[in-house]
Amino acid sequence: MTDAAIRFTGVTKAFGLVRAVDDVTFDLPQGALVTLLGPSGCGKTTTLRLVAGLELPTAGRIEIEGRDVTRLAAAERRIAMVFQSYALFPHMNVLENVSYGLVVGGARRQAAEGEANAMLKTLGLDGLGARLPSELSGGQQQRVAVARALVLRPKVLLFDEPLSNLDARLRRRVREDIRDLQKRLGLSVVYVTHDQQEALAVSDLVVVMKDGRIAQKGTPHALYDDPADAFIADFMGEANVLQGEVLGEGRIAVGGAVLETAMRAHPPGPAALAVRPESIRLLAPDEAAGLPGRVQRAAFLGQTREYEVETAAGTLFVVTPAAAPAWDEGAAVSCRLDRAIPLRG
Amino acid sequence: MGALFLGRAALVAILAGVLLAPWHGMESGFAGLTAWPSGDAAPLAALLADGTRWWLWSAVILLLAPAPALLAGRVPGRLLAWCSAGAIALVFVQGYAVGLRGLAWPILAPLLGEAGPQTALGWGGAILLAGAFAMLSAGLAAQGRFGGDAFIAFLVAGSAGLLLLFVFLPLATILAAAVMEDGRIAPGALATRLAAPEAWSLACLSTHRGCGVVWNTLLLATLTAVISTLIGLAFALLAARGNVRAQPAFRAMTILPLITPPFVVSLALIVLFGRTGIVTTAMWDWFDIPRSRWIYGLPGVLLAQVLAQAPIAFVLLEGAVRAIGPSLEEAASTMGARRFTVFRTVTWPLLRPAIAACLLLAFVESLADFGNPLVLGGDFDVLSTRIFFAIAGARHDPGRAAALALLLLALTFGAFALQALWLGKRRYTTVTGKGDSGVPAPLPPGLKLACGAVAWPWMVFTAAVYGIILVGGFVHDIGRADLSFTWRHFHTGFEVEWANGPAFRGSAWDSLFTTIQVAAISAPLTAGLGILLAWLLARQAFPGRRSLEFMTMLSFAIPGTVVGVSYIMAFNEPPVELTGTALILVICFVFRNLPVGVRGGIAALAQIDKSLDEASATMGGGAFQTLRRVVLPLLRPAIVAALAFSFVHAMTAVSAVIFLVSAQHNLATVYIVGRVEAGEMALAIAYSTVLIVVMLVVVLGIERVVGRAQIGRRAVPIAPVRAGA
Repeated sequence: MTDAAIRFTGVTKAFGLVRAVDDVTFDLPQGALVTLLGPSGCGKTTTLRLVAGLELPTAGRIEIEGRDVTRLAAAERRIAMVFQSYALFPHMNVLENVSYGLVVGGARRQAAEGEANAMLKTLGLDGLGARLPSELSGGQQQRVAVARALVLRPKVLLFDEPLSNLDARLRRRVREDIRDLQKRLGLSVVYVTHDQQEALAVSDLVVVMKDGRIAQKGTPHALYDDPADAFIADFMGEANVLQGEVLGEGRIAVGGAVLETAMRAHPPGPAALAVRPESIRLLAPDEAAGLPGRVQRAAFLGQTREYEVETAAGTLFVVTPAAAPAWDEGAAVSCRLDRAIPLRG
Repeated sequence: MGALFLGRAALVAILAGVLLAPWHGMESGFAGLTAWPSGDAAPLAALLADGTRWWLWSAVILLLAPAPALLAGRVPGRLLAWCSAGAIALVFVQGYAVGLRGLAWPILAPLLGEAGPQTALGWGGAILLAGAFAMLSAGLAAQGRFGGDAFIAFLVAGSAGLLLLFVFLPLATILAAAVMEDGRIAPGALATRLAAPEAWSLACLSTHRGCGVVWNTLLLATLTAVISTLIGLAFALLAARGNVRAQPAFRAMTILPLITPPFVVSLALIVLFGRTGIVTTAMWDWFDIPRSRWIYGLPGVLLAQVLAQAPIAFVLLEGAVRAIGPSLEEAASTMGARRFTVFRTVTWPLLRPAIAACLLLAFVESLADFGNPLVLGGDFDVLSTRIFFAIAGARHDPGRAAALALLLLALTFGAFALQALWLGKRRYTTVTGKGDSGVPAPLPPGLKLACGAVAWPWMVFTAAVYGIILVGGFVHDIGRADLSFTWRHFHTGFEVEWANGPAFRGSAWDSLFTTIQVAAISAPLTAGLGILLAWLLARQAFPGRRSLEFMTMLSFAIPGTVVGVSYIMAFNEPPVELTGTALILVICFVFRNLPVGVRGGIAALAQIDKSLDEASATMGGGAFQTLRRVVLPLLRPAIVAALAFSFVHAMTAVSAVIFLVSAQHNLATVYIVGRVEAGEMALAIAYSTVLIVVMLVVVLGIERVVGRAQIGRRAVPIAPVRAGA
């Protein structure tokens, strides 16, 4: 598609002296699920509220599907949003909640309730129309909130931390449901979360924010394997950051050892190297050329084993499959790096 | 609501104001409508056509200038805003410039020439101004102000306009009246009036003459505050910590004053302690204590005010005592403190802020009280009564009344400032979210005895006073201890004859009907405007929000007498002439009771998560739809409270409205005060009983009608709502 679902051009939102969103520019593609990810206070929720029209930008321009909505109020934007608290109206039953948007939009009550019932069915909520929100479980409330948003056939659907009020087991199912629904209906979705795993699991595209700016934007894979800097590397899953030197294509030096490893192109010279815990293999010292070390701590977690290994380059955090050979505390090992990520800047 | 829609609606209103409705107020009432479209009832169009109000062409042209654009579907925001603001200013300026006696401002003579005299604005003017405000709001919204929402813009502009007109303008008028002498500005006169010996004289210290009213007022207020707080404290300690079984009696004592017109206790006091009163007569018969008029003066007024204030102090302080976490006292006693030491070192210091609040509240209420000093004051004048007599007495002197009103206003604001200063700093929270399951420490025995010694006699006394009110209407002459049963007084006041339908012959019917009518009209207006303002102030961000809030709260701090004086000064002459109408009573009640509705609404809104509003907005609900379908249904309890409060206050108020009633529109309270002054005590008491019954019926009725629906709807009211990220 030629048009972006959402286009921000130099958008800034200031609250007093604080710039919650600072000169942000991006295009979000249509029909994709995009997550806004970042630590708390990074401006991701404000960005979402700017899309929704719940905040108006201090400067810049916002387009939704090619239409300039910068100055439009939320009610005129044809978006829909699922709130963190769900924001179900406590004085209306489920059916009234779901048909609310249609009714205030001018639909006849009967037609609105027909559509609402169909949507409830789609989300597996049939039969609950007469209940009050307070009589539903957390997961059901969440689906009512989604139904209420979807029934309006919005151009863009927004989620503000939709899973944060659910327990861990339910979270995984609901996020898969959301992803399925988005794919099935071809929706453009913007999804705010602070949980990188959640972001990796559901997104087509992840936008990582920091201090009101975009730190990096890319596919989950690219962000994980190709982080721009130490912040992204660390935020997108754990990483050991080692000081070393790039010697050439696929050759690095750390802790006095020269290692062969997979890596992205980087000019030779001293560099910080991010190494994911799961891309380190522990071998017997005589088995292969690697970074020599000694196991300080070992833990068995069921699916995986975790080690802390003392080396000349610093302490490495290593995660190996449970099926890999086990090492005892105090054992001498050789660390083989399958992949290292030289960091820029 | 879109700006275009509002702009077009504004056009319709403007056209109606120009073409249809009578431009000026009609002396002859609705009967004058027969003359339409000329004479009294002439609309502005007719006046423009015959050239008598030619200068108003400019306003009409300004207001119609944006019409072509609006009809073509465009909303030129800047044009709309400027044109309508200009027209509003023009209408008011010409109204003040050309008054009843022709041109009032000689400066404008070259411009206006021989502008004929004109009377006050009427419905035409009001409709036109409403239209102009709507156009102004549409213009502002089209420029992106108020989040681009024309509905919010209209609410803000409209309520700001009303508050300016009915709260700010009267105050400004009082200020102006205080500095004017013989139509000229005379700061010297203001200084003389403010420093007048009638206000500040200390003659009573050395001679037998009375002191200045300011000293009287301060003395009365201080005594009332201290005594009612002490009595309230005694009751509060007994109720919360005394292990006494008298809760129903305590409850009754707290509810009675709320539904009693403020001066009714004065009547009972006269019946008990007046020259021919029951107690006085008994004292004379049994102990040869001579009859005297001691009740008329400081002691009587003080007694009446304490009777009204002590129960309120009780409610406040009981809450404070119960809020002290028992574990604090338990902690002190585990450290070895004896009961009285615990009370002195823990309980008492924690109560101090509540006591301070209580003192200040009683102080302010005493300053504002008018009914009791009027009925019982005798020669003991306070500011509120002196203001009244400066207007209604033999020597009509608005300048003096205005200066006294300023003094009263200064005292009230001083007390409020003190309260803000004191309470702003210290706040003890002793009840935390953690479970606190201690047992409250019982009172030290000595203290319990002392509390009982204060509380039980006072309760007997209160019971006697309300007993008089209960019985007084049904006996021949309670004032002279003639206790034989009769319907005579109700017959005088509320006789109904059947002659081709009911004929209300009783002398009290007119005022009762007016009172109920005025209360019934003003209560929904107060509640509605109050809740709307609360929603604006709590939920919408717009420039000028703080000033709007300040103006809303301002009228709460102004004593009723001052409001009354300022209203007759501000609205007695064109362009806004309302004195003598029922409308001014309604307006007075609405703006006096507004702050309570606003406060209640804001408190209720704080309990409703903002994401509900936002959810509605993202689903396409504009401000109006959100308000109607989401906010108002959730605010139902606050609306009930505001309705009940404003109804009861409209039925019991005296101070402000005594200036505003007229022969045609008299109110129950004023009528009762009149009966008292005429010595018809029993009729006054009978009427008070009727008022109390009406209020009880209405308040319970409001709760039933508005409250029931809510209970049926929301079995489990609270959804799991957490604060958004």
